[in-house]
Amino acid sequence: MAVRQLPPDQPAGTAPIEAAAATDGGVAVAPQWKLVWWRFRKHRLAMVSAVFVLLFALVGVFAEFLAPTTPDSYSADHTYAPPQGLHFVDTSGGGTRFGPYVHGYTSVRDPETLARVFQEDESQRIDVGFFVRGEPYEMWGFIPSDRHFIGPTDPEQRVYFLGADRNGRDLLSRIIYGTRISLSIGLVGVALTFVFGIVLGGVSGYFGGRTDTAIQRVIEFLMSIPTIPLWLGLSAAVPRTWGPLETYFAITVILSVIGWTDLARVVRGRFLSLREEDFVLAARLDGCSRPRIILRHMLPSFSSHIIASLTLAIPYMILAETSLSFLGLGLQPPVVSWGVLLQESQNIRTIATAPWLLLPGVAVVVAVLVLNFVGDGVRDSADPYR
Amino acid sequence: MAKLVIRRLIYMVPTMFAISVVTFLIIQLPPGDFLSTYIAELSSRGDAVDTRLVEALRERYGLNDPIYVQYYQWISHIVLQGDFGDSFLYRRPVADLIWNRLGLTIALAVATLLVSWAIAFPIGVYSAVKQHSAGDYAFTFIGFLGLATPNFLLALIFVWISFNYFGQSVGGLFSPEFADAAWNLGKVLDLLSHVWVPVLIIGMAGTASLIRVLRANLLDELRKPYVTTARAKGLPEWRIILKYPVRMALGPFISTAGWLLPSLIGGEVLVSIVIGLDTTGPLLVEALISQDMYLAGSFILILATLTVIGTLLSDLLLAWWDPRIRYAEG
Amino acid sequence: MRAGERAAEAGGAPAAQAGGAPGAPGGEVLVELRGLKTHFFTDEGTVRAVDGVDLEIRRGRTLCVVGESGCGKSITARSILQLVEAPGRVVDGRILLRRGGADGGPGEVVDLAGLKPGGKEIRSVRGKDIAMIFQEPMTSLSLVHTVGNQMVEAIRVHNDVGKREARERAVELLGMVNIPNPGRLVDSYPFQFSGGMRQRVMIAMALSCDPGLLIADEPTTALDVTTQAQIMELLKRLQRELGMAIMFITHDMGVVAEMADDVAIMYLGKVVEKGPVDDIFHDPKHPYTRALLESIPKIGHRRRERLRSIKGIVPDPANRPAGCVFHTRCDAFMPGRCDATVPPPVALGPDRQVRCLLYGGDGGPAPGAPDAQTAAPEPTPESSHGD
Ligand SMILES: Nc1ncnc2c1ncn2[C@@H]1O[C@H](COP(=O)(O)OP(=O)(O)OP(=O)(O)O)[C@@H](O)[C@H]1O
Ligand SMILES: [Mg+2]
Repeated sequence: MAVRQLPPDQPAGTAPIEAAAATDGGVAVAPQWKLVWWRFRKHRLAMVSAVFVLLFALVGVFAEFLAPTTPDSYSADHTYAPPQGLHFVDTSGGGTRFGPYVHGYTSVRDPETLARVFQEDESQRIDVGFFVRGEPYEMWGFIPSDRHFIGPTDPEQRVYFLGADRNGRDLLSRIIYGTRISLSIGLVGVALTFVFGIVLGGVSGYFGGRTDTAIQRVIEFLMSIPTIPLWLGLSAAVPRTWGPLETYFAITVILSVIGWTDLARVVRGRFLSLREEDFVLAARLDGCSRPRIILRHMLPSFSSHIIASLTLAIPYMILAETSLSFLGLGLQPPVVSWGVLLQESQNIRTIATAPWLLLPGVAVVVAVLVLNFVGDGVRDSADPYR
Repeated sequence: MAKLVIRRLIYMVPTMFAISVVTFLIIQLPPGDFLSTYIAELSSRGDAVDTRLVEALRERYGLNDPIYVQYYQWISHIVLQGDFGDSFLYRRPVADLIWNRLGLTIALAVATLLVSWAIAFPIGVYSAVKQHSAGDYAFTFIGFLGLATPNFLLALIFVWISFNYFGQSVGGLFSPEFADAAWNLGKVLDLLSHVWVPVLIIGMAGTASLIRVLRANLLDELRKPYVTTARAKGLPEWRIILKYPVRMALGPFISTAGWLLPSLIGGEVLVSIVIGLDTTGPLLVEALISQDMYLAGSFILILATLTVIGTLLSDLLLAWWDPRIRYAEG
Repeated sequence: MRAGERAAEAGGAPAAQAGGAPGAPGGEVLVELRGLKTHFFTDEGTVRAVDGVDLEIRRGRTLCVVGESGCGKSITARSILQLVEAPGRVVDGRILLRRGGADGGPGEVVDLAGLKPGGKEIRSVRGKDIAMIFQEPMTSLSLVHTVGNQMVEAIRVHNDVGKREARERAVELLGMVNIPNPGRLVDSYPFQFSGGMRQRVMIAMALSCDPGLLIADEPTTALDVTTQAQIMELLKRLQRELGMAIMFITHDMGVVAEMADDVAIMYLGKVVEKGPVDDIFHDPKHPYTRALLESIPKIGHRRRERLRSIKGIVPDPANRPAGCVFHTRCDAFMPGRCDATVPPPVALGPDRQVRCLLYGGDGGPAPGAPDAQTAAPEPTPESSHGD
């Protein structure tokens, strides 16, 4: 057997790799995760997407600091104020000044509809700075601060880089806060899915026989139910009186109760094929206990597959939460998620006057896209010969 | 084949039973029974509560009985008399409200399924056969985009574009003059001129995943030895591809109907709210939000049943298509 | 076995069968490979899977191509029919096919290497002049089309016959390869057949247009021993009846002894030694050939002696050794020569060729065979005459 044809899944420590290591230096002895990483690095799209995922994660973690203001700070004078362009060089009034700024608004009331109509006022200049003082907040709920990464240098002023909503709240700040909720729903949901999937899939695959059959029947049943009506039904049953945190967890649980089946199938399939492999048998003959075999020998050897499945599950969670919240059946205001934000754009009039309210949708699409690319990349690197 | 059909029909029974139990549980989930919700609502509006009516309703739904009796009452009314209970929101029997809308939903879902297949098939074959070509990359990217865009967002964007650039609010399945007209050729044509918008919007994600499924399977199949055998016979390439690997790759493609149909029905719920279709979607969501559980539960039950039937049909189609399944199970 | 018996057959039979061109001991050359190179252009670099192969396949005779796994046997065979898949490509060399002319007519010579893969010309060769069967009877047939369907198709590509006629021919062919009850089984699916039966179907399909050459790529490797023997018997019988040439690929020297008229030994994309089967078995020249011969179990003789296996593993074809590609594993390795000079072909007789510096070729001292024989003791094929 030629060295380059070594099966990539071969866990380190089995005989062929050691034999090959003698002839071929480092490549063959590298641990599984390292091989996966080397292959992953070659997927350019996945690498770029991974950077984006990292950015999304940072935005979610440091939302309070990155947002120009808090999500609930409103201004009745700025209903549906349009996005303000950021300028850097000011040549008005003779001289040239550098530094970021935006133009202010002048607003007139439409005599017929009584709606405010905004226009950018070139003569007004609102300076924008970095690390400015602004609306006070508590970082992660316990570090009080009023520093914002970006915002108007004069705390009395308001800027709307991406426009305002019906209550004159800053859409950019709300999208940033929404990132935290939407991504964390994906993560928490996938974590729950992971627990369900690993436990049931693992049990099913490891023990086989009747246990396996029973669990498989349940999975088949769950997969035969149309998910969206079921999600809707379950979420509608969440009492309206529950607080935001309770609703958050209820929705997450609902999403993962229905979503674990795929992962369970993947895990079971891998277990079934691994069960037959020599090193598991060897461990068993050595007298290792069952849980120990599962934890020490079987799990590591296919963790990359699981990571791939999980990465691919996150975007589906995000999409599901967005859809539920959009319908008013998921998270409820004042909680801010991308779906909750999109809920505001449900009617045609609103979209016509304030199309920027669709921008949270762009965040959804980009997040789902990059997570999918990363997931595909991981899967291809974990299993290039599939 | 007959044996297979019968076996599959028998398999359906426990699934249907389980679905009805889950639906019933969903109906029961909201705290309190629906009558107390009803009474609470009446009194909050200041209406007098007719205690005799309440008692009659209590009797009708057996609310004083143990839960399994209630389940039996509920399901036997549905199965034996087609009585799905009453919607307290509309104060009418659920059965009166849903069938029209369900008809449209089913028609829409089936039309979308067919259109998705029709679009995905040539693109999937092309992408696999011309792997790494510019066209393949373009379709793959569009496919990813289609998968990543929730279809209600697509509907919103569509609404915005047509409002902004064509100055009209689109929506509905019929022009106003046909909306209440009886069915005739004009109405059918009118329907056809409207229906492509929701079909494309609802079908986007499904089509994208169909293309991915077909492309991946076909790529696998194209490397199989039987393709080489066919080449070694001297057959022209396109004939080989269409006769052998495509035929094999279509198996998984057909079985996609099993999961595509439920997701199409789900997508329809969301999209029809945005572009205002008279299908099940808006009514279902309205019922769920106001916890009109008999109405909502009936929808869930029927949609789930349709899914199971759809899966059954796709299984049978697959058995007809693939002799290995036919012989193994027949 | 059998090398002895083969000697009689190899000496006698071909002359009777082919009655070939005068002077050529084994009949007229049907297919000739000259400097064939097939490379794979992968992300990791160029894999020179076939790297300058010269072979000739004679009418009515069996050429066995032998070598360890990965040495390029299948790719050579596929190159002949332009069946190499991307990223692989025939990059150099000629594949000369003599068409017609078997009955004394003029005939023409086509260079298959110049034909476009998938083009019309090569398609008219595939299945008609040269047919091919493969190692995996399980996956080489489509499982969702009936046997009849797949055979009728093969018959009708090259013959202008109706469906009924083609079907009758298919039934006849199935009978020829000993499929029981062919009239009924022609309508069954391959998944209802055993592996041996499927391989018979493959053979029947390959014979459907009376090819002059049948390429069999390890047709028996996936089968059990009894079935293996049956398939080989079948191929020999069909060759006798139909007079076609066979290119038989295997890595089993036992099978070679059973089947071959001529033998070519391949190593890492090159033919290192070739010649008539008796010469190869009685007087192997290349150290690799000797090593291969030593790895055959011999019945009845020194039963408890361990089989020798060739030391080391085949090097990565993307990363081939300099000089003689075998020097890393060779018992007769000569430092400074073998790792510096690529051995040119050395002719040892009219049909006998070896690529090894032991027999000269680099202008240095050629100690010749005697030395080599002390370095690697002569295997004793005679000893296998036990049965
Ligand atoms: N698709 C491919 N991409 C890259 N390299 C390839 C590809 N197919 C074959 N090769 C290379 O070509 C070499 C020869 O392969 P080939 O299939 O001809 O070997 P073989 O002698 O038939 O072996 P076996 O006895 O296992 O069938 C292999 O070592 C492999 O590295
Ligand atoms: Mg081979």
